[in-house]
Order: sequence, then C-alpha cells, then structure tokens
Amino acid sequence: MRKIKEFIIEKLILLCGVASIIFVVLILLFLLNEGLSLFKDIGPYEFVSGKKWYPISEPPQLGILPLICGSLLVTLGAAIISIPIGVACAVYIAEVAPSWIKDILKAGIELLAAIPSVVLGFIGMVTLSPLIKSVFNLPTGLTALSGSIMLAFMAMPTIVSIAEDALYAVPKSYKEGAFALGATHWQTIWRVILPAASPGILAAVMLGIGRVIGETMAVMMITGNAAKIPDGFLQPVRTLTATIAAEMGEAVVGSEHYFALFAIGLILFIISFIINLTADLFLHRKERR
Amino acid sequence: MQKILIKNLNLWYADFHALKDVNAAFEDRKITAIIGPSGCGKSTLLRVLNRMNDLVEDVRTSGEVLFDNGNILSPKCDLVSLRRKVGMVFQRPNPFPLSIYKNIVFAEKIHSPSTPRSGLDEIVEESLKAVLLWDELKDKLHKSALSLSLEQKQRLCIARLIAAKSEVVLMDEPCSTLDPQSTAGIEELMRELKKKYAIIIVTHNMQQAVRVSDYTGYFLLGELVEFGGTDKLFTNPKDKRTEDYITGRFG
Repeated sequence: MRKIKEFIIEKLILLCGVASIIFVVLILLFLLNEGLSLFKDIGPYEFVSGKKWYPISEPPQLGILPLICGSLLVTLGAAIISIPIGVACAVYIAEVAPSWIKDILKAGIELLAAIPSVVLGFIGMVTLSPLIKSVFNLPTGLTALSGSIMLAFMAMPTIVSIAEDALYAVPKSYKEGAFALGATHWQTIWRVILPAASPGILAAVMLGIGRVIGETMAVMMITGNAAKIPDGFLQPVRTLTATIAAEMGEAVVGSEHYFALFAIGLILFIISFIINLTADLFLHRKERR
Repeated sequence: MQKILIKNLNLWYADFHALKDVNAAFEDRKITAIIGPSGCGKSTLLRVLNRMNDLVEDVRTSGEVLFDNGNILSPKCDLVSLRRKVGMVFQRPNPFPLSIYKNIVFAEKIHSPSTPRSGLDEIVEESLKAVLLWDELKDKLHKSALSLSLEQKQRLCIARLIAAKSEVVLMDEPCSTLDPQSTAGIEELMRELKKKYAIIIVTHNMQQAVRVSDYTGYFLLGELVEFGGTDKLFTNPKDKRTEDYITGRFG
C-alpha cells in the first residue's frame, strides 16, 4: 500500500516537471509554425531589413527595421540609465550602508519591483511626458527617452537585487586581505570586490536588460508608437512588443499581417533567449570558480 | 631591538572582556609565537596590532600599543600606513581573484599609483624570489592566483606583504590548512624572513612554536599567562597553568 502511494506521488511530480517542458516546446512549435509561414511570401532578410511597416496597405509592407531600431533604442537608453545607478545602489547596499538604511533600501527596491508596468506607463504618461515635452520643447512628450526612463525603473530592481547577491557572495577574506594591505574602503571595493563579483554583476545586467526588451505595456503607453526609424532619443518610436500587442487584435487570422506579428514574436523570443543564455553563462562561470 | 611594545592592553567585544591587562614586547628580526587554547584571545591580540579589529562592531580598547614611536590605538593613527607596515597572513590563504602579478603589486598600486611598469616588474620578481616562488611562477605571472596550490597561495600572500614593504608580519595560524610538507616549507620560509622582519605567529600547534619561534607567549582566557624565550617556556615553565598546557594535561 505504502509502495503504491510512493509510486503515485513520484509519477505525479514527474508529470508536473515534464509538463512545464512540454508547454514550452508546444509554445515554441506554435510560434515557429505561425511565424515561419510568413516567409513563404517574403524573404527573412527583406522582413528584417525593410524600412516600412504598413501592414494594412494593399499590398502590405512588412519591414520591421523601424521596430527593431525602436526596441534597441529604448533598451539602450534604459541600460545607460539603469546599469550605473543599479550597480552603484547594489554596492551601497552590500558594502557601505548601515543596516537600518540597508533595510529601508531593500524594501524600497522590492516595492519598485512590485509596481505593475501599466501603472509605471500611466505615471510616465501623465508626469514624465509633459515634462520632457516642455524641457526639450518638443511637439510631443511621447518619445524613446520617456520609454527609456520608465523602463530603467523596471530594470533597476532586477539589477540591484542580483548584483547585490553577487557582492555578498564575495568571500570576506578578500576584503580583509585588502584592508590588511592598507587599502581604503573604496579601493577595496573598486579593486577587489567588484572584479570578484563581476560575473554575477554582468548576469544581473543581462537579466535587467532582458526584462526591458520584453516589456510591453509601459512602452506602448509612452513611446508614441510611430513606426519610423528614429534618429534620436527625442522622437516617438515603436517597439517590437508594442506592435504585437497593439495589432494582434485587429489582424485577420491567416493574413500576412497575422503571420508577421508571429514572426516578430519569434524574433523577440530569440533575442530574450540569447540574453538569458548569456546571463546564465556568466552565472555558471562564477560557480565554477 | 623592540619593534612593538604593548602596555596594559585591555579589549572588550561589547561586554566580553577578551584581553585582560596584556603587557608584552615583540622583538625585531625574531619570531614570536603566541599559543593557547581556542578562544583565549590570541587572534584578537594579533588583530589589535594592525587594527583589523576595527572591522568588528562594538570593540573597545584601553592601554597602549607602541609602534614607530606612536600609539597605534590612538584615534589619530593612520590606519593605511599602519596596515602597510604591519602586514597580515591569514589562516586560509586569501589571494585576490586577480592574476599573480596583480596580487603582488596590489599594495604598490594603491599606495604609489605612479610607479612605472619596470618598477612593478622589479617588485614582482624580488618578492617572488623572497618566497621562493619565482622559478615556479615566472612564466605564468598573468595566470589567476586562484589556480595555485594552497601552499603556493600562502607564499603568494606573504610575497604580497614583502611587496608592500611591511616591517612586521602577523601570521594567524598560517599553516592550519596545509599538509605537513607544505607546513615545513612555510616554516623554512619564516626562518628566512626573520632576517629582515619581525614575525608574530599565532598557532595551535605547539610543536610549530618550538620549531620556529624565539619567544613564546601563552594565553589563557584573555590573559597573557607567561611570556619568554621559547626554550625556557617549554622546558621550564614558571606558571603551573603553562605547564599543564604544554604537557598536554589540558587544551
């Protein structure tokens, strides 16, 4: 009797484990099937490098270069803002802050992570865009810069918490060794602790960026959604994610437009996969040491 | 010549009285061993000498520790130059996760950043020669220091102090993670180093104290019970408690 119970429980757990893999594989297959159907009609190169995205003109023009540029620009901006602040914040929490400030900061970071992206988008829309509009004297405040700033807020909690873990994991003996050689606190952080934690910090940065690239709601609300190749941060852009979210509802099932949106999904999947894989490699390099 | 003189040193961790009225003098170019059971305060004493105890919260001291004509316990003491002159070798070898070369020039780079490359090369060669690692490592100076064996790592940590131009070397059970052969190697190195440095070693291993040291101090419960020439302390201890410890009746 006991044996049968063991057997059933074991198999149930196995099923749950296998299920998650099966779902991923099914989703991937579906995505591949729908996305690759597009390339019967237009070549992949044409799709990726085409400069015009007019999916409902006749015939539809399906070039996603503007969308790729939009995504990259917003992500780049968010990275430039969030990486220095995030890493510095992690260093402060892990190395400098007295414990009560540490507790407050960590709670604050968790709170930041808990804000739904739609709320961030909405706050950005009513506070940040008017500000950007008036500061830079623009026709609209819905720009790549607004998107970057709001997304930096989303990347920061990931970067801070993972980088902080990496800094904590640096053996205390390194710190003692540096102090015992007469290094100041800052010299110790800069020359010993940061290099020792660098694989973990790189992983933190990659995961933060991964989060930004996949983000949809906030960017859809505050980047202006103009499918044009931007020449700077102060122009409206449209990202890959926002395109799918905005157009999937109106695309005719089975049309080229519909397949094109799936192909965009496929490209996003590939980008996220590469980023997560890189982050993983960094983390594992750390473990091997 | 006396290098470090301790007068009426007391130390508390919060309410715990860890060092009680310690008086001692450490000679230059000699090896002084500090022995005693675990938790008796020997490592604490060592960490007073380069103020590493400052890293622990809630530490208070009283008394004087004289080094270089100054009291290192005074708030005016320059910790950076003190720690440079009074270097420390830890229980577990702790080279930084950098290259061998960068480990050795670490102190030089932070204290005089403008030293030219040739000067750094010279420092690396000299200090590795001093710890007898030069022949083994001269072709892989830019390999990670973490790839070395435990004994090599510990020698590298000593080379780091030589490169920092330390005058006193504090050793906190430097051989406790090493096998007997590596231990013999490090002890041989200590005898070599004492020609130039004052060495103070904390050890659990009484045979080690006998083998390498010129003077020995016995600590018990925060008190320096007996301090004197190693031969005398081990063959003819004055205090009953010392005798109990060294004859193995306790500890």
